[in-house]
Amino acid sequence: MKQFRQIAERMAKVMLTLSGGVTSLAILLIIIFLFKEGLGLFNSAAVENGYALCIHSSNPTQQLSPWQIKRIFDWEITDWSEVSEKKGEITPFRLDEIFAMYPEDEFGEDYELLPQKLGETIAQNPNIIAFLPEQYLPNGNQSVKVLPVENINIADFFGGKEWLPTATPSPQFGALPLIMGTLWVSFFAILIALPFGLGVAIYMSELAGTRTRKFLKPTIELLAGIPSVVYGFFGLVVLVPLIQRTLNLPVGETAFAGSLILAIMALPTIITIAEDAMRSTPRAMREASLALGATPWQTIYKVIVPHASSGIMAAVVLGIGRAIGETMAVLMVTGNAAVMLTSLFQSVRTIPATIAAELGEAPAGGAHYQSLFLLGCILFVITMIISASAEFIAKKDHNKGI
Amino acid sequence: MIQAKDINFYYGDFHALKNIDIEMEAHTVTAFIGPSGCGKSTFLRLFNRMNDLIGDTRLTGECVIDGENIYNKSVQVDDLRKKVGMVFQKPNPFPKSIFENVAYGLRVNDVRDKAYITQRVEESLQAAALWDEVKDKLKKSAFELSGGQQQRLCIARALAISPSVLLMDEPASALDPISTSKIEELIHVLKKDYTIVIVTHNMQQAARVSDKTGFFMLGELIEHDDTKKIFLKPEKEQTQNYITGRFG
Repeated sequence: MKQFRQIAERMAKVMLTLSGGVTSLAILLIIIFLFKEGLGLFNSAAVENGYALCIHSSNPTQQLSPWQIKRIFDWEITDWSEVSEKKGEITPFRLDEIFAMYPEDEFGEDYELLPQKLGETIAQNPNIIAFLPEQYLPNGNQSVKVLPVENINIADFFGGKEWLPTATPSPQFGALPLIMGTLWVSFFAILIALPFGLGVAIYMSELAGTRTRKFLKPTIELLAGIPSVVYGFFGLVVLVPLIQRTLNLPVGETAFAGSLILAIMALPTIITIAEDAMRSTPRAMREASLALGATPWQTIYKVIVPHASSGIMAAVVLGIGRAIGETMAVLMVTGNAAVMLTSLFQSVRTIPATIAAELGEAPAGGAHYQSLFLLGCILFVITMIISASAEFIAKKDHNKGI
Repeated sequence: MIQAKDINFYYGDFHALKNIDIEMEAHTVTAFIGPSGCGKSTFLRLFNRMNDLIGDTRLTGECVIDGENIYNKSVQVDDLRKKVGMVFQKPNPFPKSIFENVAYGLRVNDVRDKAYITQRVEESLQAAALWDEVKDKLKKSAFELSGGQQQRLCIARALAISPSVLLMDEPASALDPISTSKIEELIHVLKKDYTIVIVTHNMQQAARVSDKTGFFMLGELIEHDDTKKIFLKPEKEQTQNYITGRFG
């Protein structure tokens, strides 16, 4: 009997250890997968997969950055002297333009003569830059050379202000507007939610009667359970038109609407945690303050709030965590324009909304797909920094004895 | 002078204090003794209206301090508590520095004069016989002090706002014997300037520190007289039984 129990206990121990190990391993693997996929972006060429840029062989241009390519084809850079030693006006050329130059039947049955015609076109014009599919490259033509294209680099990703992942010939992966959009929307959400949340928490823990609290607390906890898409729907049909009308804006889908809806969503978390922290203030501390002639209000802000500060900090961090990672509601109310935010009353796009909206249409393994994973990594790092700093502050506070 | 006139106090339906009449002279130490649950702490907490914090309680009778019934509508509770300081059973310093703990009462009293606050903090810590031990670490957290030092800090904190009455609810029950004797010495010194009311479980302590002693049982004040008389020749048999250790 005793032996049997020993074996059972040992087995239980092994199983518990195993489950802990498996969980940790799974989390680790997910993170590794995320970063592996994401960092692959920096090994992708800056032009669309399967395409190449061709120039005249007399053209001394060595290399073009994704940003330069994009601006050339947008007619923003118009002269070669802006990007290399060559002089002369740039002629951007796309595949479909060839069909306007020759009658259809000259390309042959299966377009087998197309590369030859493309080669002729490029050879005639020393100022041309042609964006062509790799399968139709005029490889035999001596006066055509393929322009080597840089890989997407880190600076372009983090510093770029253009997020055009499906642009041709050169998709732009400038994540700065998305990162800033996420941070601003979350920041203002917390700015709105914190005073209200703390106010309600103080009211519930210190001022409300037992009956009010018994009603209020479950109600607020219920709010935390409402699915985010419902909040988003509410935001879309109520908040957005309201903001548009009251502020007289062209569109109501703004960063402000996103912040507002996130604030509402973060409130239950902030209230519940902050209230628990304040109610855990020892009665002795409360009585000590009151016995010294402090008013209830002085007791709240001089003793109870400082005592609950680490709990309040935790509430803020969890609130920010909810705000930063929130996808659906934000996707529905912010308008999703990937531009640098200059005012709160402007459309904005956050990282999670971008991932949710674009992952479905990004070809697996492509640069767009990888860039979305990289955005996921950024989100992960941001939340990690926030919770680590919160822990650091809480620990510091604790050491000080506050 | 403190007077209680025909006090009855109820926690809900429970009749916790029954028809209590007592007078306490200024600058004396009065000790309340009695078995657990006899109402002595409840009675003590009436004098700074600490029982107001508990819901569903009822009081009849009058508590008069310096000629005024402290339960009159015109009395501001926070003003009353500035006049009637309290020291609790367990040391309960704030999670602040030693200096800020003592200065707390002044700060909530809107005292802004820094020099005056510094002076009062020093005086109070000296009065609580703690100054020499902490004068070099006033900025340190109060939690770094020992239990006995923390309790003296709490006394200093109560003294800083210059109350006239000091209520002590078993101030030494959580302390070791050496800290206890320090607190007792302190009570001897403090009675020069303050009217002290102390609740204690420890009869030797009551005998050592008090001038008058009141014996409570089951919500009634059985006997109240000079401490010497209570301990040597009590009039009531219940008192006699309690102090000789036959029950309680």
